[in-house]
Amino acid sequence: METKAFQRIYTQLTGITKATVSLRAQGVANEELAMVHGRLAQIVKIMGDLVTLQVFSGTEGIPTNAEVVFFGEPPKLKVGDDLAGRFFDAYGRPMFGDSEIEGEPREIGGPSVNPRRRKQPSELIATGIAGIDLNNTLVTGQKIPFFADPDQPFNQVMAMVALRAQADKIILGGMGLSNDDFLFFKNVFENAGALDRIISFVNTTEQPPVERLLVPDMALTAAEYFAVEKKEKVLVLLTDMTLYADALSIVSNRMDQIPSKDSMPGSLYSDLAKIYEKAVQFPDGGSITIIAVTTLSGGDITHAIPDNTGYITEGQLFLRTDSDTGKVIVDPFRSLSRLKQLVIGKKTREDHPQVMNAAVRLYADAANAKTKLENGFDLTEYDERALKFAHDYSEKLLAIDVNVEVDTMLNTAWQLFAKYFSKTEVAIKNEMVEKYWPVN
Amino acid sequence: MKTQGKVTGIISNLVVVEVDGPVAQNEICFINLADTKLMAEVIKVIGKLAYVQVFESTRGLRVGAPVEFQGHMLEVTLGPGLLSKNYDGLQHDLDKMKGIFLQRGDYTDALDFDSEWDFTPLVEPGAQVSSADWLGEVPENWVKHKIIVPFTFTDKYTVKSIVPAGRYKVSDTIAVLLDSKGEKHNVTMYQKWPVKKAITAYKEKPRPFKILETGIRVMDTLNPIAEGGTGFIPGPFGCGKTVLQHALAKQANADMIIMAACGERANEVVEIFTEFPRLDDPRTGRKLMERTTIICNTSNMPVAAREASVYTAMTIAEYYRSMGLKVLLLADSTSRWAQALREMSNRLEELPGPDAFPMDLPAIIANFYARAGFVYLNNGSTGSVTFIGTVSPAGGNLKEPVTESTKKAARCFYALSQQRADSKRYPAIDPMDSYSKYLEYPEIQDYLNKNINHAWVDMVMKAKNIIQRGREAFEQINILGDDGVPLDYHDRYWKAEIIDFAILQQDAFDKIDCNTSLERQRYMLEKVMQVCDTNFHFDGFEQCASYYKRIINVLKQMNYSEFQSEEFYNYEKEFEAILNERRLK
Repeated sequence: METKAFQRIYTQLTGITKATVSLRAQGVANEELAMVHGRLAQIVKIMGDLVTLQVFSGTEGIPTNAEVVFFGEPPKLKVGDDLAGRFFDAYGRPMFGDSEIEGEPREIGGPSVNPRRRKQPSELIATGIAGIDLNNTLVTGQKIPFFADPDQPFNQVMAMVALRAQADKIILGGMGLSNDDFLFFKNVFENAGALDRIISFVNTTEQPPVERLLVPDMALTAAEYFAVEKKEKVLVLLTDMTLYADALSIVSNRMDQIPSKDSMPGSLYSDLAKIYEKAVQFPDGGSITIIAVTTLSGGDITHAIPDNTGYITEGQLFLRTDSDTGKVIVDPFRSLSRLKQLVIGKKTREDHPQVMNAAVRLYADAANAKTKLENGFDLTEYDERALKFAHDYSEKLLAIDVNVEVDTMLNTAWQLFAKYFSKTEVAIKNEMVEKYWPVN
Repeated sequence: MKTQGKVTGIISNLVVVEVDGPVAQNEICFINLADTKLMAEVIKVIGKLAYVQVFESTRGLRVGAPVEFQGHMLEVTLGPGLLSKNYDGLQHDLDKMKGIFLQRGDYTDALDFDSEWDFTPLVEPGAQVSSADWLGEVPENWVKHKIIVPFTFTDKYTVKSIVPAGRYKVSDTIAVLLDSKGEKHNVTMYQKWPVKKAITAYKEKPRPFKILETGIRVMDTLNPIAEGGTGFIPGPFGCGKTVLQHALAKQANADMIIMAACGERANEVVEIFTEFPRLDDPRTGRKLMERTTIICNTSNMPVAAREASVYTAMTIAEYYRSMGLKVLLLADSTSRWAQALREMSNRLEELPGPDAFPMDLPAIIANFYARAGFVYLNNGSTGSVTFIGTVSPAGGNLKEPVTESTKKAARCFYALSQQRADSKRYPAIDPMDSYSKYLEYPEIQDYLNKNINHAWVDMVMKAKNIIQRGREAFEQINILGDDGVPLDYHDRYWKAEIIDFAILQQDAFDKIDCNTSLERQRYMLEKVMQVCDTNFHFDGFEQCASYYKRIINVLKQMNYSEFQSEEFYNYEKEFEAILNERRLK
């Protein structure tokens, strides 16, 4: 994006705020990019000849006589096969001194898919994690966040999911990643030898927060290229969407917009939906699946960010450290995948729905027994068995370090049922019990 | 001559246009952006400046772009061919659009202007007619679609001529009318109407006096909605709002269903697209899609069109009502519509009301709900629009402006409870917090007592009372412990549980249980009340719990069996046998 000879250079700013500059200019288009004092900026408001630009990297040190050059086009990303295996910054520029990529420039944040051209998602994404595959099965074309406290290992889990999922491309959109976490992702991807199918767009905490606003659109523009044109299964990882929303509130605040709940802009729902709704299953096989992270403050899911996210996404996953086994598990009670009904028992073994429900129900019995124990009541013999079952269930299935096929998960569950309970206690349809109950 | 203008300012989808002539509030205009025309609506005028909300992205728009005003408000096209269509919020046919992505300015016709319809006249030349009177009819799926005198015709007319029965296109003139001054007016099979104006071309709008069967027990039995009534369903995410709406769309006893998917997930609409053409309508045996029209403005589609979508849906509903049909309008979710209003209000820099929503939000919502209703048409037949909207309260807190404003406007309130959802008691409608004002209408009470059971309303009230007492007993048990309360408390708690499990809970995914006829609801409520009216003998609370669990189990088996089948009666016998075990003489 170099300045061209015929472009007019403006040199008189009429206003500067922390995030925006304004000047008098003519013939410019809404949402067009510009270079202000060597920094990228985008038009956010035009009133007559008074133009307001949002400067992504902040306005520190910009003088009133700064040079402003308009590019005549909105932000674009060059898409092509050689995106694969590389790292980009929030503007879609290669990092680590890589060469520019060859490809066709695409506008980012483009139009949405006609709902009539979508297909109902029906293909399972296996992750090897039973807390997900068994209890909250993911489906291609789904969008689902991890609701996690900042101290939980959500980035590790996400990297694990990314590497195990059988996706053709994995696109990482990192927003406000700490440099350590960024290096973690980079190392994990390199060590797994999976770099050729991974593309990363990264904004770290060392970079200005407003730049983050470009990251999801960059990642999803690349995803659309592979899903639509190459008919590939694309998995997009967005971490951390809370920091993205915070950046939105910074900009709306600087533009004097009236905040709504939790100081978030009134358009938060639409802004988040525009990103998440890019998840799609196409009839010809291409798909975009989005797994995101929304960090919570103090586990509060009624805050505007997780709340709006919950209304948009198709379920949510909670991580929790299980005190019995000391392992991180996917919480079977609070997690939900809304699309699992489309695949379980259909694309997986017939006993999947029943086994899933029975195991969670028995785990709930154990939780009740635990409460009883804590309140000083006596445990029944059934309670004792339930507690033992819970320990094994957590260790052999729920723990995120378990990596097995869905059939193995189901078999393990049956073994645990048989070890601790009678057939009537498990209460699964008779024909299933006869078929799958372990003989010994 | 149409008023022209040019763009002088752009803030996201709010555009300021300098005009050279008169403009009206809510007038539609088209902004020229290179080769495409972007549709927009006037929402404020100051001097020569018109503020318009654009129904599309304004990326790339420049100051100076020419604008053409249309001289009318946002209109929908009404005529045969609306049924089974999938529209966007501005009534553009989604199926006709080319390409995978929604390109802005890709505006498609709402009706098929090339197809022909089998027209049968219903009036003779010389007949006296006025607005909304039926001139003829054409078959549309299984509906007899009436061709009516356009709503915009306000005079009294004489039919000068009408075409004979035969096949015509929607744009063919099918009748010529003479007004009171003797001027001729041609009438085609389609007409246009501004969506924000209610259609009031009917004789009378009485208080609703019948109930609309939904097949959902917790609604029909405990808090019925009236035909032509209004209701709303607020609930936090994950409580089953959408499953409930889909169940209503599948089962409700209506001639036509209009679903406005307003700012919700695209995959949910895709589910309807996939399922409805396959599923059978239990009443007609035809496919569900044949009685359904979908207005779809998902959360990623332009936000201003989201606001329009609910009005588009309501206008189509009113149109079918004037043909004497029973229409059910479902909007999911009205909160997204309110948020669209908030975004625009914010860009207009209006002083905000609570939670930054516009000050007139309660008025806008009340006005919209008031468009539903049961009506007597000019020719004496009846039609109705029943409206049920969902609300997505921020943080699940029902004390937020959209829920509160809707509560004032809607007559039925179906509160989805997180607690019930967590314990998998679906549908998660809270029996105590929810209400139906219609149950207090004497005309509805008469209707219920006459059509279901002579003491129906009393029985329902008694059931509600038992649930309430059961809940109180449960709290006492929780505080004092199982041993700390008299046995009577356990008995009371379990009687309420029976109502909960056998009546309130219903399996939306079970073929039989998902839909319960009124007759069956009467039968089951009588069974359950029989248990509640019986005194049993127990030696201790454990015995009480396990006994009632058996009753619950057998009642659930009855719910899962075909009504009045052999299996059903077998379970009923088992039920009677269990009751006799411990009945106190």
